[in-house]
Amino acid sequence: MASWGRVIRANHFVARPRFGDELDGFLNGLSADRPGLAVGLRRSYGDTNLNPDGRIIDMTSLDRVIAFDRETGVMRAEAGLSLSQALQILVPAGWFLPTTPGTRFVTLGGAVANDVHGKNHHAAGTFGASVRRLKLLRTDGGAQEIGPGNALFHATVGGLGLTGVIAWVEFQAVRVPSSSLDAEDTAFARVEDYFDIAAERKHSFEHTMAWVDCSVGGAKLGRGILSAANWYAYGDVAPHRELPSKTVPLDAPGFTLNTMTVRAFNSVRHELKSMRSGPYRSHYEPFLYPLDGIANWNRLYGPKGFYQYQCVLPPATARDGVAELLKAIATSGQGSPLAVLKDFGPREAVGMLSFPMEGTTLALDFRNRGESTLRLMADLDRIVAAASGRLYPAKDGRIPPEMFQAGFPKWQDFRAYVDPGLSSAFWRRVSG
Amino acid sequence: MDGSLGAIAMQPDLKNTIKPSNRVVILGALSAMATAAARIYAAEGAALVLVARNEARLAALAADLRARGAVEVETAALDLEAEAPQARLHLADWAKRLGSVDHIHLVYGYLGDQAKASIDPTELTRITVSNFASAVHWCEAAANILRAQRHGALVAVSSVAGDRGRQSNYAYGAAKGGIALFVQGIAHSLAGTGARAVAVKPGFVDTPMTDGLKKGGPMWASADQLGRALRRAADAGGPIQYAPGKWRMVMAIIRSVPAFVFHKTKL
Ligand SMILES: Cc1cc2nc3c(=O)[nH]c(=O)nc-3n(C[C@H](O)[C@H](O)[C@H](O)COP(=O)(O)OP(=O)(O)OC[C@H]3O[C@@H](n4cnc5c(N)ncnc54)[C@H](O)[C@@H]3O)c2cc1C
Repeated sequence: MASWGRVIRANHFVARPRFGDELDGFLNGLSADRPGLAVGLRRSYGDTNLNPDGRIIDMTSLDRVIAFDRETGVMRAEAGLSLSQALQILVPAGWFLPTTPGTRFVTLGGAVANDVHGKNHHAAGTFGASVRRLKLLRTDGGAQEIGPGNALFHATVGGLGLTGVIAWVEFQAVRVPSSSLDAEDTAFARVEDYFDIAAERKHSFEHTMAWVDCSVGGAKLGRGILSAANWYAYGDVAPHRELPSKTVPLDAPGFTLNTMTVRAFNSVRHELKSMRSGPYRSHYEPFLYPLDGIANWNRLYGPKGFYQYQCVLPPATARDGVAELLKAIATSGQGSPLAVLKDFGPREAVGMLSFPMEGTTLALDFRNRGESTLRLMADLDRIVAAASGRLYPAKDGRIPPEMFQAGFPKWQDFRAYVDPGLSSAFWRRVSG
Repeated sequence: MDGSLGAIAMQPDLKNTIKPSNRVVILGALSAMATAAARIYAAEGAALVLVARNEARLAALAADLRARGAVEVETAALDLEAEAPQARLHLADWAKRLGSVDHIHLVYGYLGDQAKASIDPTELTRITVSNFASAVHWCEAAANILRAQRHGALVAVSSVAGDRGRQSNYAYGAAKGGIALFVQGIAHSLAGTGARAVAVKPGFVDTPMTDGLKKGGPMWASADQLGRALRRAADAGGPIQYAPGKWRMVMAIIRSVPAFVFHKTKL
């Protein structure tokens, strides 16, 4: 079994309950000596969803909606329900997810455990901000229904699956007038311009994010395109097609990375080349989930897998820090052709370990080339640390313990809420 | 003025005003592929009766299907093997609850363990009763309804294991092969009425029932794929359908391998 990045692979004992009443039985068998971990669709890249030689509870068959109120938009569902399936139900009724990561193939449990963010973070906050209640099962004492205000709740949101197994999640959806977005692309020639455009756009657009071209350095360093969008007010409400249209069937040999990835990112690349700007209308699917049309695209990186690196830098240091990071990446020649930039809003984080904080986040992929890739990421770590930034635990699977502990000062408080019968490769690595 | 108030007061509840796309009975509704099929029906706006043993689990599935768009979901918690002799009464009751019935899916079954069945009569009985001896009663009761109303479909889950007796699971294979013949006969008897019967033969399906086996590769199908195959079978296709379709070729080859060769394998 491997996580999405496929760098780390390990053997696990996997249980796959299909009914909520089976969970208690699986939890009873867990202890500090034989810890377990609940996982969702394993879209985290690193080692937060791995528990080598230990027990894994695969939650994805626990995917039933418990209640959905079409009038109020409140949905309660088992934690294994995917955001994709949730949308199939929400959208035709005129509702949408309060926020969504760049893939719809994550579970509600995973969305809570990483307190995921989306293109509308500055407007909506994280997924955890919409959670009204959840049911948590602990190996050391029964089930609890908890919500905002309860300390265990704030440990569980962003809690990386360590505070208990989330059985169900109740969240508040948002009304949408249609299933399409009125979007607008703005090209920028240098990364400084990104900050000015983003600062202005976030007042008038719910969704914003930017692609940055990492393949060019020098004078063109940090050129890119910022996309911003609002819901189109008049269209109809039609959900996405559930089945991916293309699949990457087997591990692509390493050398196909360039051609295939370029194809996958082709539309964006094309826009970048022409530095196209202007408005367009798009269904939410290609706008919010550009890679979901290709199943198993992670195989494009070949059998050795890849790392994703995602950091956030606070407003005071973001401009210089991001420029410095981009320069280091361009010089190394190791980055993926494209990186993502996005500004997070000032909302207070819901979870003790929630990744988003006010500032700018940068994310990109690195194909695993062994030592040199790790060295590059260590260089980036130094820039991030100097800028008082932090790294996203869901992403790269090698965050050094000092880096994690410095980035998440509440981690010591968090410890008190960890379920002794649960653990992960990540947690053993960073909390040691 | 008071006329319109009266109209509001007299408006019947929603359940009776929305016409379901289909009225469906699912026998063995808690299996992964049955759930997948039920969700397709729900999204279409069907009315369903879900039948299986566990009441609480049925209630959870019913809530899920309502959220997904089913206009009505009823549950019946009972033991389909034990209740098979009363199949007519039960089906009539469920048809009455739904108003009528269009599609009947028989999805329950028991894989069992051939080695155990060879020495343990209880296991052998359970395999043959679950997959054949009880199933025929439900199929015949469904066939009687279809014959009388001259429309609708019976879809029963058989298996590719029913195409050739093999040392590793001949009890299961014989029972699943038997039910396919039975349903094929029903399909013949329904010819020209407008009603249909289909035996669906899945190959390897990735469900909890097969969790002990090594999975992956092109011959494995997901429960969702099978759910789509069951749903489709209710509308179209011949009386024996392989799912996915490529199994038809595979099984034609396996059936044609001469015994002196086949007996050298451990299949
Ligand atoms: C293409 C792509 C784009 C992405 N874009 C974004 C983005 O824009 N923003 C963002 O925030 N993230 C993004 N991610 C990361 C992804 O949203 C998170 O990793 C998410 O948590 C994955 O959910 P999952 O169901 O796959 O969980 P997994 O990866 O399986 O598990 C993630 C964590 O959740 C825990 N967990 C899962 N289920 C439960 C449960 N029922 N109870 C307790 N703990 C549980 C696990 O223990 C683990 O710690 C992206 C990932 C991909 C592949």
